This record gives sequence, C-alpha cells and structure tokens, in this order.
Amino acid sequence: MTNIQKEINYVIDKFIGKKGILIPLLQEIQDIERYLSKETMSFVAKRTGIKLAEIYGVATFYSMFRLKPQGEHIIRICKGTACHVSNANSIMDSLRNNLTFANSDEDTTTDGKFTLMEVACLGCCSLAPVIMVDEDTFGKLTSESIAKILKKYD
Amino acid sequence: MSLEIKVGLASCGLAAGARDVYTAIENYLHKEKIAADLKKTACIGMCFAEPIVEISSEKFAPIIYGRITPEEVPELIEKFLTGTPNTAKAIIAKDCEAEENDTYNSQTRIVLRNCGKIDPVSIDDYLKVDGYKALEKSLKNMNRTEIIDEIKESGLRGRGGAGFPTGLKWQFAYNENNKKKYIICNADEGDPGAFMDRSVLEGDPHSIIEGMIIGAYAIGADEGYIYCRAEYPMAIKHLRIAIEAAEEKNLLGENIHGTEFNFELHIKEGAGAFVCGEETALMASIEGERGMPRIRPPFPAQSGLWGKPTNINNVETFANIAWIILNGAASYAKYGTEKSKGTKVFALAGMIRNSGLIEVPMGMPIRDVIYKVGGGMKTERPFKAVQMGGPSGGCIPAKLLDTTIDYDSITKTGAIMGSGGMVVMDTSTCMVDIARFFLNFTQNESCGKCTFCRVGTKRMLEILTKITEGKGEMEDLEKLETLSKNIIKGSLCGLGQTAPNPVLTTLKYFRDEYVAHIVDKKCVAGVCKPLIKYEVIEDKCIGCTACARKCPTKAISGKVKEIHLIDQDACIKCGICFDVCKFDAISKS
Ligand SMILES: Cc1cc2nc3c(=O)[nH]c(=O)nc-3n(C[C@H](O)[C@H](O)[C@H](O)COP(=O)(O)O)c2cc1C
Ligand code: FES
Repeated sequence: MTNIQKEINYVIDKFIGKKGILIPLLQEIQDIERYLSKETMSFVAKRTGIKLAEIYGVATFYSMFRLKPQGEHIIRICKGTACHVSNANSIMDSLRNNLTFANSDEDTTTDGKFTLMEVACLGCCSLAPVIMVDEDTFGKLTSESIAKILKKYD
Repeated sequence: MSLEIKVGLASCGLAAGARDVYTAIENYLHKEKIAADLKKTACIGMCFAEPIVEISSEKFAPIIYGRITPEEVPELIEKFLTGTPNTAKAIIAKDCEAEENDTYNSQTRIVLRNCGKIDPVSIDDYLKVDGYKALEKSLKNMNRTEIIDEIKESGLRGRGGAGFPTGLKWQFAYNENNKKKYIICNADEGDPGAFMDRSVLEGDPHSIIEGMIIGAYAIGADEGYIYCRAEYPMAIKHLRIAIEAAEEKNLLGENIHGTEFNFELHIKEGAGAFVCGEETALMASIEGERGMPRIRPPFPAQSGLWGKPTNINNVETFANIAWIILNGAASYAKYGTEKSKGTKVFALAGMIRNSGLIEVPMGMPIRDVIYKVGGGMKTERPFKAVQMGGPSGGCIPAKLLDTTIDYDSITKTGAIMGSGGMVVMDTSTCMVDIARFFLNFTQNESCGKCTFCRVGTKRMLEILTKITEGKGEMEDLEKLETLSKNIIKGSLCGLGQTAPNPVLTTLKYFRDEYVAHIVDKKCVAGVCKPLIKYEVIEDKCIGCTACARKCPTKAISGKVKEIHLIDQDACIKCGICFDVCKFDAISKS
C-alpha cells in the first residue's frame, strides 16, 4: 500500500459508521492529494460502500472539490458583486498576463506553481477587488500590484 | 499609567496589513519596556480605514486610529503616553474631534455590540460584557414559552433574507411533539458582496452560540449545527475555539447550569455551493448529499434534518437573541418601524466612501444610509444605483433614494432586503452588464433540479450577453420579461423564484440603457467591451511611451516624443492605457 493510500485509509476509518460523512470525508481526503483522482474516488466507494455515482455526484456538485491536479499555490479571484463593480476583470487579465499557461482554457500554470480559481465573494468586499493566495487575502488591488504579490511566492 | 492597545485583526484588517502593525506595537512596547495590555480584536466595521488601532488608558478615553502603518506606531504610543495624543489619524474618539465620530454615532449597535471591542476568542472577554447572562436568565427565571413570547413581542424577523417572524418559527418547532429536534445556524452567507455574517462570526462568535443555546432550550432541541462556508477560515477557527471554551465552562454539554437541559453543538463546513444557503438544500448538504432543495411542505419545523423537527435561523438573527432576553422585548421594539422592528446590519461596498459594516435602526431612508452613515460616494462620479439583496434582489435607482429601509418598502421597489449587502454603483457601472453578471451567477449556481431555473436562466444569460455585445434586438426585451415570469412560476426554491429580479429591476428603472445598447450600439458606462473603442487623442499625446510600455498585447506603437497609435485589431480593451496616461490623451468611446 502506498503512503497516500494509508493516509486515505486512516481518514476513512475515522468517519466510517457515522451519519452524513461524505462531504467532510472527501474534504479531508482532498487535503491529502490536493484533488480527487478517479482512483481515489473508486477506492472510497469500495471501502465505504457508498456508490461511486453518488461520490462523483457530490464531487462535481460542490465547487470546492477539484478533479484535476492542482498547482502549488491556489489563487482565488473574487468575482463577487463588489469586486465586479471595482473592475475585478482587469485583475484576472493581469494575473493571466503575468503567468504562463499552456493554453487559455488551462487554470494551472505550466510550471505547476499556481492554479487560478474564480470564487464568488471572499467576504472582504470593502477592500475590493480582492484575491486570496492560499490563506492570505490581498485587497485594494490594481493591475500593477499583482506582479508584486506573485513575487512573494517565488 | 496602564495602557490598553487593541488591534483589529479580522480578515479585512489582515488584508490591509494589520499583522505588521501588531508586530510593530509588540516590538516597540518590548523595546521601550512599556507595560501595556496589547489585545487582539476583530472588525469594528470601518473596513475602509484598516489597519485600525485603539489606544486607551485610565486617564484618557479610547481613541481609535485608522490607516496606521508600522512606521507610525512609536510616535502614536509616545504621544498618547505624554498626554498629547496625536489626533490627526483619529477616526473615532470621545473627547476630541475625529473623522468618523458622526458616522459612528448615527448607528445603533445591537448585533455588532461587541465586534471590534472584545477579543473574540476569549470567553472571559465575552463574560465581562454580560455574556451568557441571558442564557442564565432563560434557564433559571423563564420557562420555554416565556422565551418564545419574548422573541415574538420583540418583533424580530429573520435576517437571512425572507424576514419570517422568528418567535413564530420557534413556536412551530416547539409545538412538534418529538424527542429529537435540531437547531441550525445558517452561516453560509452566499450573497456575493455581503459580509455581515463573516464579521459577527469572526468578531463575536459567543453571541451566536448563546443565541443558539437559548433557541435550543426554547424549542426543545438537544443538538445543533452551524453551517459555515469554507471561504471563511477565520470564522470557522473562532467558532471552534468558542465552542470548546463554552464546553469547558459547561455552557454547552450536559445539565447546563445544573438543569436537565443538554445541548451539543457542531460545525459543518460548506463546500462551495450558493444554493446550500437555502434551508432545505443546506440540510441535504449536512446529510452528506448534493445540496438540492426539497419540496415544502413538510416544513423543516415538522420534518427537517434527518426527518426530525428543525429550526433554522441566520447568524444575525441569533446574534440578536441574547440582547433581547437581557434588555426585554420592548427595548428592542423601540427601534424600527411598525412591521420591521429593531436594527439591521448592512455591508456597504462598491463605490461608497466608507465601505464596511454598519448597523442602523430599521426605517432609515436609504439616502441617509449612503450619504450620512456611509459618507457618500467614493469618487467624483455621481450615484447611479444601489444593489440590495444580491442575486435575488435588484437595483434601486437614484429617484428612489428616499425609500425607507424596512422589509415591505424595499420589496415594493422590486428589490428585496436580503441579508444586508448594499453594493453602491456610480456612473461607471453598466446596468445591462450588472444584470448579465447576476444571471451568470444564478445560472452557475442553479442546482439543476427545476427545468425553468436550469434552462431558463441560461436563455436569459444568452440574450443579455447578446445585448452587451451590441447584437441585441428590441424584441429581446419582451423575451426577457416572458422568461422571467415563467422562471418565477416554474421554480421550486427561492433561487429560481428570485433569479430574474436583477433583470426585472434594471429593465424597469434603466430601460434606456438596454435600448442604447440595442439601437445605438452604445454602452454609456463604457463597460461592455465590444461596444467601446480606445483611441489616442493626437493633440494631447506627447509621446511619453507610458501606454505602449504597459499595453499587455503590445497593441500600441510609436516612438519617444511621437504620437502613438493603437492597433484596433490587437487591442483587448483592457483600459490600462486609459488609466496610465497622465495627459488624458486616450479617449474611450
Ligand atoms: C438560494 C437561497 C440562498 C440563501 N442563502 C442564505 C444564506 O446564505 N444565509 C441565510 O441565512 N439564509 C439564506 N437563505 C434563506 C434561508 O433559506 C432561510 O430562509 C434562512 O436561513 C432562515 O433564517 P432566518 O429566519 O433567521 O432569516 C437563502 C435562501 C435561498 C432561496
Ligand atoms: S465581492 Fe469580492 S470580496 Fe465580496
């Protein structure tokens, strides 16, 4: 058994037999691999007896679950109302211009360093436009301040 | 002299650099060997002035300073100690002039009573401000129906959006004869542009927990959940700490205050779905399923979480409870209008000067909220509209600024009170674009159960996109109206039933703008990219090359000291050239 499987088994053991476990279970498992692979979901189905279709249904329903491998840092770009009227679109453009992607549909940079993710409101609307890199929030952004923030993660 | 210093370290403060200010204070106190009580607090609501530092001593009343940098720390403390406080950066103060004294004093703080004042993770701080006294009073001096009657008399209506009377809701859950009942706090705060609940969760978690325990006792529940969205990591952390502290003091757990009453409280993290704010979808999500709304009746009070009688209220609703029990229903009902009692917290954002959190009595005109409490517009551009109620609400235009804030008056405008988000817009916002923005949101967030909500919103979004691209036709407006009517009729939950509101209100108040996009192919606000064009004004361009250097697509050509030219085919209309030109030599049309 690989280490990852061991960790996953450990998480499953913690939850098994309790009610309403699927979402927190998947959240903790996602923390291990940073995304939910097909193999992992099948493994969870086998061990818990929850149908694979149900697991896949839940994983695709909630935006927090990611089905593709992620970059080292996750950049959440707020697309909420306050940020939208404060020109959040230009922040997205600026991020895309400062980073390199294989093509315009990709969200993860070619070097695997960052993944861009749009979210609806980070709750810091008074500092719009706002982004969050991992757990740190940055506000009152301009197209120019983006490069400086990205440098911190070099 | 004993000195007390508080630094606001909520999400908004941290994003503005409050952590560095806190460290600077810590270092300075240490270096100068000054004995002072340095405390962490949360958000006082003046987010526009973060980082915020409050200093007080036995001799001097507190002064709250705004926009403090780490470099300013030594002088700030030194002057306070020598008895000549620096007041230039004071935003709120009792004994001297301060920038925001008026805006602060025009508020009435019940829900936000402790936010930005106490250390949110210290139960002792909460106990010092009469925390958990209301719980003690409820358990020792009141019986369950008396509590429910008190809440009924206060006139408190649910702050989650719909405004259902809270006392009545508790009564329904109380009436159910079942050994197992649940109580849930809805902390999903999905409305983009609203952050009232986040501030209370981060800044005063015990007030929510106390409200829930009282509610649980009144309806007869022994287990509860706080469903908090995962985008609020600090709120979740503070709740965890608060629950543990309350358990240690036996305010949660078994035989609370030596009575027969037991109550256990859990936190559930959301997983990112707007529809999970809807109560029946939220319960499905707690049960581990996809968050799809269920048909009502049966209502949650009869059959909710795991089929048991369940009462669900919003964060702000619960934060009012302890105050009402302690101060009495009559003191609460003194504030507000006949049908909307008490105060309401609003999150001001967008093009308003004092963006942040405020709490005012119901019945205040919107004009006063924006111009008095909110400090007016942020830029020179005039007010255009205020968006209330998020994706379920609408845009209220300037001519209706005298509408008072209460459930019924706001509903009359076509918007809704919603949870309290107010996004202020000026003439740089395009109303068709805003309608498209919200439809895009609801389209994404529709759970897909009802056909009209799933497909209807998609058709509306396509039409709105067409209009913003200058390809709209006049009959599209009728189509939008027909689709709206049908989506409202054909949807099971509030998401679909209210999704057309942003379109209907903008069509009602800003129809001209739609027509301008369709007939004249013009976007007056200059937002809809396919309809705008950037050009160099030859008379004004001095050839400084600033624009050419910043242009991300290298669409601008020209040598130093020569007039520049924008290649329209390469231009992506990002507007950077317009922003960086110091000579107003770029025109936008
Ligand atoms: C699509 C949708 C989203 C909602 N989101 C929230 C929310 O984020 N927070 C909230 O408290 N109520 C939300 N509600 C309202 C809840 O369904 C419910 O009415 C509320 O939590 C009841 O609490 P209250 O009586 O204290 O207002 C939402 C409703 C709908 C239809
Ligand atoms: S709208 Fe961007 S943080 Fe709320």
